[in-house]
Amino acid sequence: MITNFFEGMGAYVLLMTKVFRRPDRWRLFMRALVQEIRLLGLDSISIVVILSVFMGAVVTIQTAFQLSDDPLIPTYYIAMATRESITLEFSPTVVSLILAGKVGSNIASSLGTMRVSEQIDALEIMGVNSASFLILPKVAALVLFNPVLIILSLFLGLWGGAMAGDLLGLVPFQESIMGYRLEYIVFENAIYGLIKATAFAFIIGSVSAYSGYSVKGGAVEVGIASTNAVVRSCLAIILANYLLTDLILTS
Amino acid sequence: MIQAKGIVKSFGENHVLKGIDVDFIQGQTNLIIGRSGSGKTVFLKTILGLFEPDQGTIHYGDEVLGEMTKARRKTLRQEIGMVFQGGALFDSMTVAENIRFPLEMFAAMTEQEKDERVKFVMDRVRLEGAADKFPSEISGGMQKRVAIGRAISMNPKYLFCDEPNSGLDPETAIVIDQLIQELTHEFNMTTIVNTHDMNSVLEIGDHVIFMKEGHKVWEGTNSEVLGSTNADVEDYVFKSKLFKQVRQAFRK
Repeated sequence: MITNFFEGMGAYVLLMTKVFRRPDRWRLFMRALVQEIRLLGLDSISIVVILSVFMGAVVTIQTAFQLSDDPLIPTYYIAMATRESITLEFSPTVVSLILAGKVGSNIASSLGTMRVSEQIDALEIMGVNSASFLILPKVAALVLFNPVLIILSLFLGLWGGAMAGDLLGLVPFQESIMGYRLEYIVFENAIYGLIKATAFAFIIGSVSAYSGYSVKGGAVEVGIASTNAVVRSCLAIILANYLLTDLILTS
Repeated sequence: MIQAKGIVKSFGENHVLKGIDVDFIQGQTNLIIGRSGSGKTVFLKTILGLFEPDQGTIHYGDEVLGEMTKARRKTLRQEIGMVFQGGALFDSMTVAENIRFPLEMFAAMTEQEKDERVKFVMDRVRLEGAADKFPSEISGGMQKRVAIGRAISMNPKYLFCDEPNSGLDPETAIVIDQLIQELTHEFNMTTIVNTHDMNSVLEIGDHVIFMKEGHKVWEGTNSEVLGSTNADVEDYVFKSKLFKQVRQAFRK
């Protein structure tokens, strides 16, 4: 198992050295990049909207449940705690984990299908660097667009939290806004979240692409690769989350 | 011309190719036949440079494949057309886009020249009216013709076909065979076809190589196959009742 892990890591690194090469044709790369932004990014907006609004609402309710018993704590502190939870952890990490499921399986299954139907071999025989041609636009699209999704998620999460607090009589809307603005530090909140979002986007794109690109066999193996892509991406995100949190917040 | 000289290839303890010498003749369809596991596919991939031979050399004209620089190998790839068993068409692209793809990647042509080349190729492989269809919307025979069109769009010197007839009905298979042979003669390509199909051997086998257990055991023309007294060839070719009757008629 350990040998397999290190062999896999080696193969992943070798694949990445093939991926990050100058594209043969920039025009085709830009065309593929726009397509991937639409497929992997824009098509994920609806799930991010739904997830973020309800996530914000639930975090507010949970926080209010914990803090509202103490009359000495102002209600806007509930909003402030909600903001911290959403911006530091929930939006960048939970949304990325959900996207790892949606986008990761899409990347792995499409590349896996291209592998088993010999489309990747066809590219190689033509003299095309198939790894760079197929994977680089996907990784670039995710790295460029995931931060946009996370910013959207931040706003919607906070809006969902404020709405839920107001509708349920836990925190008035104006106090939520006050709490969100209280002791707001741009780097610790937004920038930190965006650094994580970018790192997670790279992980989702590259790990899923590796799972799909290295498929051997047929339809069953493509299914297994798709599952592996999600599992590996999620594990790598959780590990990277710990390392980045330690690196950024404690240094 | 492509020459294979003393090709040996093993995967661990599995010795697949055991010293093969073949000259693939320019302007002819060179067919490699043999049972499953005889080493045909490994031999084809070795000629293509996808596998490095353990011993021996592959010659493209006067150049040795193993001694080419990386840049030369890349340009050589653009002189090669390949038709895969399953077609290997890019299913996110239309028929015209599939044929145009190698031109977009490598050809130093204007957009108008590319349009004209795609139109010429589509006419040549008889795909009129299918330009905007996706591979999933056309028949297996048409998919093979698109694959052939894509393979010849760069006007290659060398054409490789891996089981081009698999999954096709006999009538369509003959059409594909004839198309491969016509294009080979018309563009003076060195064509290598890997096949199990005895109809193809008889139809287009200008030069036939029979492989068994990693060795070349026989070579000749399609008309010589029927008269061959080689026991391995007889055993392979005349397994079916139909071909036994053909042999009897041929000998009469």
